[in-house]
Amino acid sequence: MIAAHLPVLQVVLPLMAAPACVLLRRPRLAWGFATLVSWACFGIAALLLGQVLENGDISYALGGWAAPWGIEYRVDTVNAFVLLIVSAISSVVLPGARASIEREVEGDRVDLLYTCWLLCLAGLLGIAITGDAFNVFVFLEISSISSYALIALSGERRALVASFRYLVMGTIGATFIVIAIGLIYMVTGTLNMADMGARLPAVWESRTVAAAFAFLTVGVGLKMALFPLHLWLPSAYASAPSPVTAFLAGTSTKVSVYLLLRFVFTIFGAGYAFGIQALEYVLMPLALLGILSASVVAIFQLDVKRLLAWSSIAQIGYMVLGISLASLTSLTASILHLFNHALIKTGLFMAMACVFYRIGSTRLEDMEGLGHRMPWTMAAFVAGGLSLIGVPSSVGFVSKWYLVLAVLERGWWPLAVFILFTSLLAVVYVWRVVEAAYLRPAPAGTGRSEAPLSILLPTWSLIIANFYFGLDTSLTVGVASRAAASLLGAGP
Amino acid sequence: MEALGLYNYWLVIALMMTGFYIVITSPNLVKKIIGLNIFQASVFVLYITMGKIIGGSAPILSDQVSVYSNPLPHVLILTAIVVGVATTAVGLSLVVRIYAAYGTMEEDEIVAAEREDP
Repeated sequence: MIAAHLPVLQVVLPLMAAPACVLLRRPRLAWGFATLVSWACFGIAALLLGQVLENGDISYALGGWAAPWGIEYRVDTVNAFVLLIVSAISSVVLPGARASIEREVEGDRVDLLYTCWLLCLAGLLGIAITGDAFNVFVFLEISSISSYALIALSGERRALVASFRYLVMGTIGATFIVIAIGLIYMVTGTLNMADMGARLPAVWESRTVAAAFAFLTVGVGLKMALFPLHLWLPSAYASAPSPVTAFLAGTSTKVSVYLLLRFVFTIFGAGYAFGIQALEYVLMPLALLGILSASVVAIFQLDVKRLLAWSSIAQIGYMVLGISLASLTSLTASILHLFNHALIKTGLFMAMACVFYRIGSTRLEDMEGLGHRMPWTMAAFVAGGLSLIGVPSSVGFVSKWYLVLAVLERGWWPLAVFILFTSLLAVVYVWRVVEAAYLRPAPAGTGRSEAPLSILLPTWSLIIANFYFGLDTSLTVGVASRAAASLLGAGP
Repeated sequence: MEALGLYNYWLVIALMMTGFYIVITSPNLVKKIIGLNIFQASVFVLYITMGKIIGGSAPILSDQVSVYSNPLPHVLILTAIVVGVATTAVGLSLVVRIYAAYGTMEEDEIVAAEREDP
């Protein structure tokens, strides 16, 4: 009975839990409740993925109104995988968030932070699961508005400015997406994604569709911090409370990448996006420039959270590069990297949450000698860093391997060299942290003081997942290649 | 005379560009929010226009009426207006906090103050 309603429960559960969380008032109670809800969401997402892999796509009609008139929740391999990533990241980060949040956020706001967290989770899951284009906008704004609040809850005053800038850029991005949806509605008369996809080929020549496509690409580009629309990201990630950064870094840009995949392949169709509009000529140069420039900028950062944020922009570039190649292997690489990068970056940012908990800063100069003071934390950082670089046996290697394969399929070997070269840039910025933490002496009078287990355990479980999924790739590669095949098959 | 018939759409473009220009150029954070509102309002007009049919009435079943306007875009934009209000509220409350923390809401002065922070 309940199994049939899982798609809607996936969103309704956190959405309804959020106001309930406000009523709890007590910080620890709110935290326990949010963690429970998040794990329930993870359970639902895992069940949904299992159902999809076994029985194929699920279509759920909200309130019994049949698509295309009613709102349809449609779960296929692609979004089932994204649902799993988002809920898993939230569930792993939340148990570690309590201690860290108590340090970083003022006491009377802690319970509200968990409310915003649940709202943000509901929004992100909603974007992923819905089959209705306007629903995407509504959920996008639910997740965005709550993430502005999450970022601003940090005690630092620069977080307020970062949140404001994100708000301005995010609202412009979301409004562009609504314009695009409205223009598509004008020519197709439908809001259902599958229905849009079926009706659009008849009007491919229309200038309205071309305008919609342009608005959409820019709007989603803003949301996923595609170079050169990335300027909101570094300061937002650097100044937000550390667990919030870990959560957002693993989920929000990933969901936006999913949105690009969905719109390009399911709605417009690969034939339109790449055949008529030549999207690859826009995406590929931006992806390459983004990878290169963001990696170089990351090298010169003085704050490790900011450094990791710049590295995130570069990693988004790899995902977009995969999308721009639009082949089965390259899409597999993109979807794999979606999952793998979520594991890598969340793990690294959680390590930074440990550091911030102990020394109250993540600046390189304050982290000198930290390898001896916090051995477990810094070991986690190094392991995560190796995965970020793409050392064999880590997840970072798996996704880069598929990306290089996809590039070589086209015979573009200079691009393969470029990918290897930019991985070396990652070596440089990870090394800067390693050098400060291990090769510089610790300030006098500081002893060993490890972060509490409650933060350390989630950090290490993410790092271990990095290497587990690096060695046993059957689940991730299997799902990602099926997802890529369904995206390419859905297009006309 | 097609250009005149598209009057509403010209208005949409003018409003959109006005709002966008304010967001980009104004250093004052409150004015940025106002610009954002104008920008969003243009999208409201766009949606309302696309649903309207000249001579069409409200979609209420009646014997006298045979042409209806499409109510769906109008309903959608109600949602978008609510979203706009929420964004404005969050944005303005951020401005209040920024003003309390920095003593100014001019972006250039905030940037200067940020440089001095460690």
